[in-house]
Amino acid sequence: MSATMTSSSAPSSRSGYRAPVADQDWRNVGKWGGLCTLALVLVSLIGMPVGLDRRILIHPVLSLGYLSLLWIPLVLGFVVSRHVELEGVESPEPGGRDLLAGALTGLLGGFGMAVFIVALDTFNLRDPLVNWSPQLLELLNYGRGLGFGVVAWIAACSVLGLLGSSIHVIPAGVRRVVSYGAFGLLGIAVLEGAIADLSEGFGLQSLTDSIYANRGGVTVVWSIVLVVIIGVVSMLTRGRFKAAKANYGELQGPERKRASMILFLLVALLTIILPLFLGTIMNELLANVGLFLLLALGLNIVVGLAGILDLGYVAFFAVGGYTTAVLTSPDSPFFAPEMHFAITLVIVVVFAGLVGLIIGAPVIRMRGDYLAIVTLGFGEIIRLLFMSDWLKPYFGGAQGITNVPGVDLGFVTIKGTDPRSVFYLVLVFCALAIYISWRLQASRLGRAWMAIREDEKVAEAMGINTVNAKLLAFVVGAVLASFSGAILVAKVGSVFPNSFMILVSIIILVVVIVGGMGNIAGVLVGSFVLIGVLGGPRQPGLLHEFQSFKLLIYGALLVFMMLQRPEGLVPSARRSQELHQEEFLQDVWLKGEEHEGEEHEEELHAAEASGAEGHEGSGA
Amino acid sequence: MTATIERKSARQVSKVDRFLTLIRIFLVSLIVIGVLAFIAQQVAPDNPFARWRNPDAVGLTGDQFKGLLMSGLSQGAMYGLIALGYSMVYGVLGFINFAHGEVFMAGAMTGFIASDKFSANGLWESNFLLSLVIIIVLAIMVSTLTAVLMERVAYRPLRESPRLIPLITSIGVSFFIQNAVMGVFGPSTKSYPQLPQWLSKQRSILTFEIAGTKLLVLLVAAMSMAGLWYLVERTRTGKAMRAVAEDKEIAALMGINVNRTIVTTFAVGGAMAGIAGILWGLLFRSVTHMTGFLPGIKAFTAAVVGGIGNLPGAMIGGISLGSAESIAPLVILEPLGVPGVSQLKDAVAFTVLVLVLLFKPSGLFGEQLSAEDRA
Repeated sequence: MSATMTSSSAPSSRSGYRAPVADQDWRNVGKWGGLCTLALVLVSLIGMPVGLDRRILIHPVLSLGYLSLLWIPLVLGFVVSRHVELEGVESPEPGGRDLLAGALTGLLGGFGMAVFIVALDTFNLRDPLVNWSPQLLELLNYGRGLGFGVVAWIAACSVLGLLGSSIHVIPAGVRRVVSYGAFGLLGIAVLEGAIADLSEGFGLQSLTDSIYANRGGVTVVWSIVLVVIIGVVSMLTRGRFKAAKANYGELQGPERKRASMILFLLVALLTIILPLFLGTIMNELLANVGLFLLLALGLNIVVGLAGILDLGYVAFFAVGGYTTAVLTSPDSPFFAPEMHFAITLVIVVVFAGLVGLIIGAPVIRMRGDYLAIVTLGFGEIIRLLFMSDWLKPYFGGAQGITNVPGVDLGFVTIKGTDPRSVFYLVLVFCALAIYISWRLQASRLGRAWMAIREDEKVAEAMGINTVNAKLLAFVVGAVLASFSGAILVAKVGSVFPNSFMILVSIIILVVVIVGGMGNIAGVLVGSFVLIGVLGGPRQPGLLHEFQSFKLLIYGALLVFMMLQRPEGLVPSARRSQELHQEEFLQDVWLKGEEHEGEEHEEELHAAEASGAEGHEGSGA
Repeated sequence: MTATIERKSARQVSKVDRFLTLIRIFLVSLIVIGVLAFIAQQVAPDNPFARWRNPDAVGLTGDQFKGLLMSGLSQGAMYGLIALGYSMVYGVLGFINFAHGEVFMAGAMTGFIASDKFSANGLWESNFLLSLVIIIVLAIMVSTLTAVLMERVAYRPLRESPRLIPLITSIGVSFFIQNAVMGVFGPSTKSYPQLPQWLSKQRSILTFEIAGTKLLVLLVAAMSMAGLWYLVERTRTGKAMRAVAEDKEIAALMGINVNRTIVTTFAVGGAMAGIAGILWGLLFRSVTHMTGFLPGIKAFTAAVVGGIGNLPGAMIGGISLGSAESIAPLVILEPLGVPGVSQLKDAVAFTVLVLVLLFKPSGLFGEQLSAEDRA
């Protein structure tokens, strides 16, 4: 583990010396340049440029297909010129040397790409490599012949590498404005579907018609306008959010209560009113996000709080789904009581809890990694059983159970054809799940879970009944997942064993990890960003062109997060302390004894702010 | 582990324990009844016990049984080869390399691409043995490279982190490789070219009818295992590997290059998986990007059955798992009246995993773990 990696423009580092431009770490540049080539060629061969070309982000210059390649030299240019800064060690000031390193990295990548294009033109390797196609060549050449393609790639990659490395060099204020502008524009382009839909609901269609071109994508004029607007706004609001957040954090007693109440009412109002203005597709999307949020909240309790890596989580999802289908559908092959959804839910809870106990009891004492594989085995066993001929008379085998009625509320029937009503149903359960997780987190049980996560033996020595606590984690997680399964089945109107592949477990795990293990806000962010934008195992997200690549991206994200930021995007203070203990200790060591107390205080504040009580992590 | 259990407060544990005992009794009695019913049926097909659950059971002839055993053995030998990789990595680093199945798949995929090319230019038919040797070498190279890269990129930075972190990472690696291979080579099922007649024809050895391919699989697996055993037990590299598995820090103090040894471990495990990949291709003649998933988990099961960290154990575990999953559905489940038993092959393998971890988590041959894992 490296010591804290700070951006090179941190105020303390300005005292460094200026390194000569030619003083390059050539090996490093060669390494990242090679990686750049590899990544570019791999992405091309996987078929992203061609597959994603239809989605246009900025009309007519930039499609998602090109973006899938162009980000590589940009990011690698940034990475190659980054310095690890150690407290108290003098480091060179960012400057021409870093710019050259970035540009060279990009140049190497560009050369690689040029060679690739020439090879693409000369040889035919279509037999094993399915994406070795004339379309790819055409696309990479921008449709203007081989010579143009070669020159353009070398130039474009060098410039992007240079841009990437210049992020270190330009002043912080400029960097802020530019990055806000760029990410804001990207966001607006990606969210096109949602924004267009929303503005239609509000009757602002003419505005979005002018922003977005006919075939999709922001028009060039509007992209410039938007970047300027976002940049200006970011300059004007600079520091306001942080100040507001700090203000909120400092509020005490009734004032804080009132502020929280207002915040809560605002969010609640927004989530209730927004869907009314959204169309079918966006509501469908929101409902899917909600379903996975429910699952992720459940898994967050199991993995995030109790630290049990349950890879067979999908089993509980399946149990909820199948119980609902059997009890409500008239087509259930063996036993069809055609109950009402509300009564079914009670039975679903009981069943899921029982299955949680049955699966949990044998595995609870296993070591963490064995437990992961065994739960994975259980998840597969349950799917295989639902699919087998043996249980076909009860659960319909591979054909599953169809004709599940929606949720009849008397005045309205909630079912898949009306995604808005499904969304509201999901919303109710998500709110419930969030409330449960929130209350549990700070409860005695929640603290017991966190203690077990940190060190099971110590937790046990402290008098926590680890077996019971872990079983309860399983049961709570199972119940939340079964709710999601029940709603999914009521929404889709049928249930098939193949909706419950191991894949689902892993995607939920990615959602929880990317968002931030053990943190409700993190899980919320994770499900919105991943399920909303990329999509679930079968459900398309905003970027539905990603359909065939999203599993790849999920895998890559999981690895990346584990390597770079295991605590997730929105970390829970305590969890990130546990994961970075070593770096934390290293920092303390580097900064010397006198800072130790200070550090300690800060950590305490951080832990308190996230709602965690006490400070057990620092002792270890 | 056992020590921790005993220290638990007595009252609460007993509930869970009682439940576990119930599960054990239930599973064991299922197996016993199934086997007894099977035996009863073989001895006297019309007795009421044999007819009890499954009135139309026909039982197995001796030849069928031997056939099942042979396919179980040859599949098990492959599981064993893959399991070696799990076992070695677990022995040295103490974490489950979930992506090891993908290393195996990479070997099988390489074998397909090369053999497809050979079959197009006629070498496959004209000189099968030469092309077989070439594809095995290629598969070993690709698999080794995959394993080593995996270690360098994903696992080395995480060497000191909590045990579950590298496991989660390896799940991500597995997902990534699967889908990258799907993207690059397409999602279709790829078929190996036809094997020459002299290889695939049935042979009779000691009254066992066995297809030549399966014989080849068993032979190659045995040879690789012998080679590995020699490497680990008789060479300096092997000694270094064992030392690192025992205690990394002390090994480093003794002048062993720990990093290089770990890379070697990954490479050797990868090579075994590459060989297994080719054998898989020869045996089933089809490979997709998902080929690595199930065999990977089953091989892990095999490693656990044999006692993770124990190399001969991994091979024996693989062979027992392979035979169990090919025989158990017909010998235990069919007499119990379960229809469509062949679909439950994979479920049987997972049940074996659960059973082993319930009854004897240390596996058949005990665990040989490094000091920090034993603690």
